[in-house]
Amino acid sequence: MLMRFARRTGILIATLIVGSMAVFLLLRVLPGDPAQVALGVNATPEALAQLRHEFGVDRPLPVQYLEWIGGIFRGDFGTSYVTGRVVAAEISKRVSVSVWLVVLGQLAAIVIAIPLGVLAALRQRKASGTVFAGISQIGVAVPSFITGLLLINIFAVRLGLVPSGGWTAPTEDFGLFVEQAILPVLTIGLVQGALLSRYVRSAALDVLREDYIRTARSKGLMPLRAFLRHGSRNAAVPVITVIGLQVATLIVDTIVVERVFVIPGLGSLLFDGVANRDLLLVQGIVLLIVATILVMNYIIDLLYLAIDPRMRRSA
Amino acid sequence: MRITPRITAALAIVVVSAVALTGCASGSAAKSTATTATIGLTAEPANLDFTTTDGAAIPQALLDNVYEGLVTLNNDGEIEPLLATSWEVSSDNKDYTFTLADGVTFSNGDKFTAETVKWNIENVKSDKWTISLKSYMDVVDSVEVVDDTHVTVKLSKPSNDWLFRMTTRIGAMFDPDASTDLANTAVGTGPYTVAEFNSGDSLVLEQRDGYWGTKPALEKVTFKYFSDPNAENSALQSGSIDAISGLSSLDSMSLFSDTSKYTIQDGSTNAEVVLSMNNASGIFKDVRVRQAVNYAIDRQAIITNSTADTGKLIGSMVPPTDPWFDSSLVDAYPYDVDKAKELISEAGVEGATIRFRIPNLANVSAAAQQVQSYLTAVGFKVELDTLEFPAQWLDKVFTGHDYDMSIINHVEARDIATYADPTYYWGYDNAEFQSLVAKADAGTADEQVSYLKDAAALLSKDAVSDWLYLESYVSVVKPSLTGLPANQLGESLNVTDLAWS
Repeated sequence: MLMRFARRTGILIATLIVGSMAVFLLLRVLPGDPAQVALGVNATPEALAQLRHEFGVDRPLPVQYLEWIGGIFRGDFGTSYVTGRVVAAEISKRVSVSVWLVVLGQLAAIVIAIPLGVLAALRQRKASGTVFAGISQIGVAVPSFITGLLLINIFAVRLGLVPSGGWTAPTEDFGLFVEQAILPVLTIGLVQGALLSRYVRSAALDVLREDYIRTARSKGLMPLRAFLRHGSRNAAVPVITVIGLQVATLIVDTIVVERVFVIPGLGSLLFDGVANRDLLLVQGIVLLIVATILVMNYIIDLLYLAIDPRMRRSA
Repeated sequence: MRITPRITAALAIVVVSAVALTGCASGSAAKSTATTATIGLTAEPANLDFTTTDGAAIPQALLDNVYEGLVTLNNDGEIEPLLATSWEVSSDNKDYTFTLADGVTFSNGDKFTAETVKWNIENVKSDKWTISLKSYMDVVDSVEVVDDTHVTVKLSKPSNDWLFRMTTRIGAMFDPDASTDLANTAVGTGPYTVAEFNSGDSLVLEQRDGYWGTKPALEKVTFKYFSDPNAENSALQSGSIDAISGLSSLDSMSLFSDTSKYTIQDGSTNAEVVLSMNNASGIFKDVRVRQAVNYAIDRQAIITNSTADTGKLIGSMVPPTDPWFDSSLVDAYPYDVDKAKELISEAGVEGATIRFRIPNLANVSAAAQQVQSYLTAVGFKVELDTLEFPAQWLDKVFTGHDYDMSIINHVEARDIATYADPTYYWGYDNAEFQSLVAKADAGTADEQVSYLKDAAALLSKDAVSDWLYLESYVSVVKPSLTGLPANQLGESLNVTDLAWS
């Protein structure tokens, strides 16, 4: 048990180190000079050299890497080349926006996907089931910015019910937060929900073919009732795995929605950071995402050990 | 049962971090009242420090509103007094003596005096400023403080251009005692201060106490930044902003055709959209090939197709608002496919390949595709290659000169002088042109006009580039909001005249 715990931890640390090196190197391989971007088109070579020196990008790569990683161990992600602000503060400000968007958007997706997917599966051979499946297919095909623009056009521009964009923290003004968040959350919910409903449908279909459902049906349960009582837990397993994946990627995928609804989230920060070659900022964000995913998996692995005795023995 | 705990844990982590991290989000959408206004813009400032960060967005927001210079540029492109109420020029055109306005203070209460002017001009020349535009201050030899309200600036040689450049960001007056964190704080002598800067969202200007000049009508002006043009249009349509200054998608002008709800301002700019050719290497070393390109392209059609008919033909690197604009150059190369083919065969470059490397900007790619088809029609092979802007385009084309042809808009004012620099990416090295530009700068105002007219004509004759068109600056404003500048000739978006009627 202890051995296994130690091995897991070792793997986590090793993966993080390799990940951080990959992040660091990828940005160094990328063409484009941060000093040139900062100083603009007419910069003199001397000014460029001076700024590169200030940024520290004129030093050997191992030195730059060690200084960056060393800073992170002290909780210092460095200072942005472009804004001159502390990277850690900048990121946490944006994360506090994105987390709301991701969590609420994913919840909306679940609320939309599960009924749609289950109904599509139960009515598989009926016209209504085909319609449900068709709806989700359309949802998958329509890109999120189109969905967002359509919602804005209908609910903000024509009906004037909600603002067309913007963001307010719930702690600041909860009413305004709800008004502004409703359309972006719905956009994410519709697009992710359409995708998720495909998985719900196929998971439900798999379960519906099982013997125990047939047994439940033969004792007189209606199809929906049989599925809910006996099938839903089993169908949930693969669906929940997909939800987990969606949440992890959504952190950055919300960028399109952020742009359409003018929300200052993490995705926009990453995008602008790459465009400006704000290396430390981009490294910080990407490392954070990598670390979040790795640490989540690590904790879950440990939970396995705690919960499932068979896995302890297999070590 | 093997997956469920994994997911429960995952969700728990997400929820906990959501709760933990939501302490400090920012951003607020102000509903406009009689003393506030919200203006939609596209490019967002990276920070507040234009002494070390290039880009138009910072001076656009801060110059004239927060920071003031000795002189400013009015909306017709003329130099006007600001912190200097008047100035005298010595007979050799080298010494400028400025009389400063009385009782000027910075927003933190510090006094603005002749000493401040001296410190600022010397500061631009020091290592503190790093952006390339600082080189416009190189011509200053020394600054002498006469008394508290008089200061003399001595130039090393006569320069008409210098006073004009003093209206731009390099002329901005900072408080010497509050200039350590320019990226995040802005202390100027202007009527507004930066109350909030929410990156990714907005910049809020608020009127300050004790402004030395005329108080603006509005208490608060918010610049709201939109990276998506559709979002910006929707915001104006739904009333969450009061104006769009500089419409980025001109196709959407039709959305605002209802004149009872919107006023459209069609303003002028300094932004020449230049089809650049590498004069220093490849087939475009030959003037005939460059002329052929100029004949081969129907610029008016490009204006119609990609600027909703708002662009203007210029024929050289001079916008019509500059005194040395020469309208006869506009028609120097009429659209003439036969003439183009003739020049191409004369130069012996039939079927040559052009490496056309453009930045990934929406307005550029639309024009580039049309250029590509015009050039293919006269027998060139055009390899269109899109580079990420700014990083890659600057690296390959602008700095590396690794290109045959490109397109970009040159937004800087009075930038015809870039052709006098043989190391610039045009690769144009012509001693006659260089001497014309030098003489224009040193001469009297009249001489400046006539020399620069000659210079513009020479560029056209040499077909150094193909000047596709001059961009328009289209703004859409609620009719009751007045005072939004129509033209974009200087570096600032001066909002001090905004008022509700």
